[in-house]
Amino acid sequence: MSAFVEPRDPIQAATEGGYKWGFETAIEMEIAPKGLSEDTIRLISAKKEEPEWLLAWRLKAFAAWRETSEPDWAKVKHPPIDYQALHYYAAPKRKPGPKSLAEVDPELLATYEKLGIPLRERAILAGVEGAGEAETRPDVAIDAVFDSVSVATTFRETLAKAGVIFCPISEAVREHPDLVRKYLGSVVPQGDNFFAALNSAVFTDGSFVFVPKGVRCPMELSTYFRINARNTGQFERTLIIAEAGASVSYLEGCTAPQRDENQLHAAVVELIALDDARIKYSTVQNWYPGDAEGRGGIYNFVTKRGACRGARSKISWTQVETGSAITWKYPSCILQGEGSVGEFYSVAVTNHHQQADTGTKMIHLGANTKSTIIAKGISAGRSNNTYRGLVRMMPRAHGARNFTQCDSLLIGDRCGAHTVPYIESRNPSARVEHEATTSKIADDQLFYCRARGLSQEDAVNLIVNGFCKDVLKELPMEFAVEAQKLLAVSLEGSVG
Amino acid sequence: MLEIRDLSASIDGKPILNGIDLVVPTGEVHAIMGPNGSGKSTLSYILAGREGYAVTGGEVRLDGVDLLTLAPEERAAAGLFLAFQYPVELPGVGNANFLRTALNATRRARGESDLDAVQFLKLARAALRDLAMADDMLKRNVNVGFSGGEKKRNEVLQMAILKPKFAILDETDSGLDIDALKIVAGGVNALRGPGFSALVITHYQRLLDHIVPDRVHVLAGGRILRSGGPELARALEESGYAALGLEAVSEDTAAMAAP
Ligand SMILES: Nc1ncnc2c1ncn2[C@@H]1O[C@H](COP(=O)(O)OP(=O)(O)OP(=O)(O)O)[C@@H](O)[C@H]1O
Ligand SMILES: [Mg+2]
Repeated sequence: MSAFVEPRDPIQAATEGGYKWGFETAIEMEIAPKGLSEDTIRLISAKKEEPEWLLAWRLKAFAAWRETSEPDWAKVKHPPIDYQALHYYAAPKRKPGPKSLAEVDPELLATYEKLGIPLRERAILAGVEGAGEAETRPDVAIDAVFDSVSVATTFRETLAKAGVIFCPISEAVREHPDLVRKYLGSVVPQGDNFFAALNSAVFTDGSFVFVPKGVRCPMELSTYFRINARNTGQFERTLIIAEAGASVSYLEGCTAPQRDENQLHAAVVELIALDDARIKYSTVQNWYPGDAEGRGGIYNFVTKRGACRGARSKISWTQVETGSAITWKYPSCILQGEGSVGEFYSVAVTNHHQQADTGTKMIHLGANTKSTIIAKGISAGRSNNTYRGLVRMMPRAHGARNFTQCDSLLIGDRCGAHTVPYIESRNPSARVEHEATTSKIADDQLFYCRARGLSQEDAVNLIVNGFCKDVLKELPMEFAVEAQKLLAVSLEGSVG
Repeated sequence: MLEIRDLSASIDGKPILNGIDLVVPTGEVHAIMGPNGSGKSTLSYILAGREGYAVTGGEVRLDGVDLLTLAPEERAAAGLFLAFQYPVELPGVGNANFLRTALNATRRARGESDLDAVQFLKLARAALRDLAMADDMLKRNVNVGFSGGEKKRNEVLQMAILKPKFAILDETDSGLDIDALKIVAGGVNALRGPGFSALVITHYQRLLDHIVPDRVHVLAGGRILRSGGPELARALEESGYAALGLEAVSEDTAAMAAP
């Protein structure tokens, strides 16, 4: 049942077109046969040497998935997805569980190097050389997920000394079963929605983070997801728990090879913050967006949700979404603890034929809970960009507050921007404020910049970065530079 | 040297410039005056390369280089600078970042290396001081929430930092208080020298008291109707355009006069 993937020329793939992460790694893979059934799930569970309870949990999710159907309310269009035509497990062949970086397949290390994510325990993070100012970069611990499995996690020992657990979720299932069992599915239940159910049934890897009581995680944590194998879905699962008074900042990045067919990515992320805990979750999403004619690209159907369970806890989502053919994603906060705070900062860029339907849900349960939503949508080409956001004030949310600011920027006149806010208030003392604007990059602005010597593209980048500033400044500094560059690449050729 | 030969241009088929002839030798500063709507800003936009105008005839050369075939950024690289009559706001774009990006683009065009943030700040602070501007101007977003006078000063700041070969100042004096007027004039005079020339567009003699022009031209109806020394500006200020027989030519007359 394992197959050997023909080696391809990664250099050639890498030099085609504007997507600079589109190469493919030739590596021997173990791939499950196509199709989804209880047998597939049993196989995944067996591969991962999972306990019985988790297999039962997966099977329950599979049953829920079969009962539900794909959501149809988002403003996205795609041909029907044949779930039986996909592989649900693909892993590089290797000795079981490399314990140190030295044991990781050099081909994989080279892949991450080329992606600008060197898996070394050194104080650099790539993709940012030439950023100008010489600043010493803080350490970042990285978990590298390649198709269905985690291939390396750096800085584990340093983190362990601080009491922080940062490891692949499959390993957490083995090493910390009580924690996983307690929290897995507690924010996004198995049957939450079609894609979450699918993920719960077949999730393969992802990151697990546990920051114990009172601990400030000593460095940024980061997971880098890479889809490589063909016709393979990626279903990663991330679970982050910050106990009382703990704090952590986590970032995920993602890329995929450039291919003519679409590929499915359906992740689930659950965050849990107890009393006074803080979780900052940042995403730079750069899955292959498809070509200029709309061929290929990742279908990105993701469920991300954080629970502010404790009083005064805070969860902050920051996302820069430049990739994927389709993005369907609503990182949300359940504000249960009294005085807890939810934040959502988003930049979504669509170009060519990309479709993004993204936003957030802020569910205010507790008194004096607060949420802030800043969403910036940039549409170019023939793309469609929708902000969809729900703010719900429940009966006990006395004195709760939300502020929403939603801005759309149009480049050219063949793209679309849509804003769909849902506001529900069941508490008269709760306040909800919503502001929205739509603008175009004015010819005057472009000319002003060009008259000062900036090229057309540099002028667009400057104006776009200005438009996104309120969101970009929320990213950890070393990633903000990378995000700015990504915006530039995504909008290449969008004007003139 | 800037040479404009028989330049005609129209917007949406409507003629605005009707055969402009104007030469500004290197090292000289010339003033252009003229009634509202006579085509002064149109001329400066066409020189800087703004889209939306149809050049129907003539040519423009800066030190022998045919400007009209160049993109706006290429003209800037060639040393041209336009201080806008209405500076444009760039929300979210910091003034320092904008200036540094512009300066490094200009430096690259001249074959010089980029300035880093520290080098740039030093240079920018000195320029701010010369123009009696507060340091926090650098932190603010380009022209956003600036008063009319602050916007004009910001244009002069950009000019002082970019050090162009040829500057066009389109009513940079409008909206300035008396002290600011002197400071802005000082900024222009500081650049004056054998390698710099400028076209100063203004409605008022008072600016020309501070920036004394080598020549003054009157633009009306899309053509230069009279040229003279600094005394021409004073005569205009005293008697107005009509008394000197310099009212705008009507479109019909202009069209008939065109070859
Ligand atoms: N985009 C445009 N569309 C139509 N007409 C225009 C446009 N821009 C300028 N014009 C016209 O061209 C003529 C010249 O305008 P211009 O702005 O060059 O005048 P000006 O000499 O700079 O005037 P002022 O002294 O008021 O600044 C005016 O009649 C104006 O209405
Ligand atoms: Mg004007």
